[in-house]
Amino acid sequence: MNAPFVVSDYQIHLNRVSKQFGERQVLDNINLRVPQGQFVAIVGRSGCGKSTLLRLVAGLEEASDGYLGLHFRESGDERSQVRMMFQDSRLLPWKSVLDNVLLGTRGFNLARHALEEVGLWDRRDEWPSRLSGGQKQRVALARALVHRPQLLLLDEPLGALDALTRLEMQQLIERLWQEHRFTVLLVTHDVSEAVALADRILVVEDGRIGLDLAVNLPRPRLRTSTAVAELEDLVLRRIMEDRHPYIPEPPQEATTPLPIYRIAV
Amino acid sequence: MKETTRPNQTWKQLSAHGLPWLVPLLLLAVWQLASSLGWLSARILPAPIAVVAAGWDLLLSGELFRHLWASFERAAIGFVIGAGLGLILGFITGLSRLGAQLLDSTLQMIRNVPHLALIPLVILWFGIDETAKIFLVALGTVFPIYLNTYHGIRNVDAGLIEMARSYGLKGFALFWHVLLPGALPSILVGVRFALGFMWLTLIVAETIAANQGIGYLAMDAREFLQTDVVLLTILLYALLGKAADIAARTLERLWLQWHPAYQKETNL
Repeated sequence: MNAPFVVSDYQIHLNRVSKQFGERQVLDNINLRVPQGQFVAIVGRSGCGKSTLLRLVAGLEEASDGYLGLHFRESGDERSQVRMMFQDSRLLPWKSVLDNVLLGTRGFNLARHALEEVGLWDRRDEWPSRLSGGQKQRVALARALVHRPQLLLLDEPLGALDALTRLEMQQLIERLWQEHRFTVLLVTHDVSEAVALADRILVVEDGRIGLDLAVNLPRPRLRTSTAVAELEDLVLRRIMEDRHPYIPEPPQEATTPLPIYRIAV
Repeated sequence: MKETTRPNQTWKQLSAHGLPWLVPLLLLAVWQLASSLGWLSARILPAPIAVVAAGWDLLLSGELFRHLWASFERAAIGFVIGAGLGLILGFITGLSRLGAQLLDSTLQMIRNVPHLALIPLVILWFGIDETAKIFLVALGTVFPIYLNTYHGIRNVDAGLIEMARSYGLKGFALFWHVLLPGALPSILVGVRFALGFMWLTLIVAETIAANQGIGYLAMDAREFLQTDVVLLTILLYALLGKAADIAARTLERLWLQWHPAYQKETNL
């Protein structure tokens, strides 16, 4: 898979990537380049393939076809540069909060720092079952960050949280991202979340990238601002248009290489 | 704790600890009364006090401890062999698909034979000495542990395994940090079942032929019509069973502290 001809500044490089599960085409000819440090949100209806796309990048699934490359500033163990966070926190219930964060690493000080960053150092000796849903996700975030990943993959990490906790977590993720400048791929079905956080929004429709949208709004973004609302409306309408996936669609822009984003500096 | 200052709380604690004992104590009192009044013949059912006296005599002569130890030793050796084997087999079938395909159906087949049905064969193989009894106990404990270990490992949350893999855990580390602790609640259920089977098997095995042990004590007493000693041996089995149960519970409380189902007790 490590094709020699691609020397790239992009952190993630997908070239004509497809994925089939049996007969079913889940991802179809995906082209995607994500530069270092970009915050990318992937939205779409459930079953559109957005989670599969993330799992491909995470190495949890193999692409059926195409080239998928990850590139890192520092060489080293590639897998430890990529960390994934799931919708369910997937904390090991038989390990304390601290031991969960220490999973796969011995860096006690790093773990301490990561737990302090998410504000849960004082709960380090608790069992995960004693934590609330939001706290569990914060621990999961600390566990992902303790490895100092260059690429953070988030699979609807806030999907199961209540609205207030969700907002708090969004702010936390944004703050940590601004401090550490890792690349983020965030899969979400919450368009307002995507608009609030991302530099770039990808709408996945029926296994293809239907829309690739740069978001150049200043941060922190106010949910009440017209620009945010307009953008949200645009993306939502795009997703809703795709209501009848069996109607043949005109050839899409998604099949052509598509860097139409700009990087906000 | 400050709760105890409230009388309501004190009563609650008292009733929580005392109430389970109420019925047994009441039964004991009725029994003693019936014996004292001559309603029960000592041949059928001796008075509780007679049983205690018989136990005291045996304790003083050292007999009681000798037999108790002999039984405990058999049970322990048989259990360790059976449980160890069950664990190993469970790990093999739980961790490897090939192992499961190779072994599981065979083991399920053997499991369905009541192990006590093998007694005649076991006597032919090993005679009537210690080996036969230990073999039977091991046979009785291997399957509950095997089944629950296999089942436990197979049912570890696939999401956790995927997470651990993506965090770079594999091989022994994956087993030690994820699979084993995930299977532990199920394994301990197996341990409980196995302990039950252990005593059951031991009682039967010791009743067949033995020259020491609680079963021997019971058979010996039967020949001499010492109903009080027979009753005492039944009581000893009950106590040993209870002790095994407490041991299993202690393990659960120790190893499953993280489990929400075991946290309530510590909150009391």
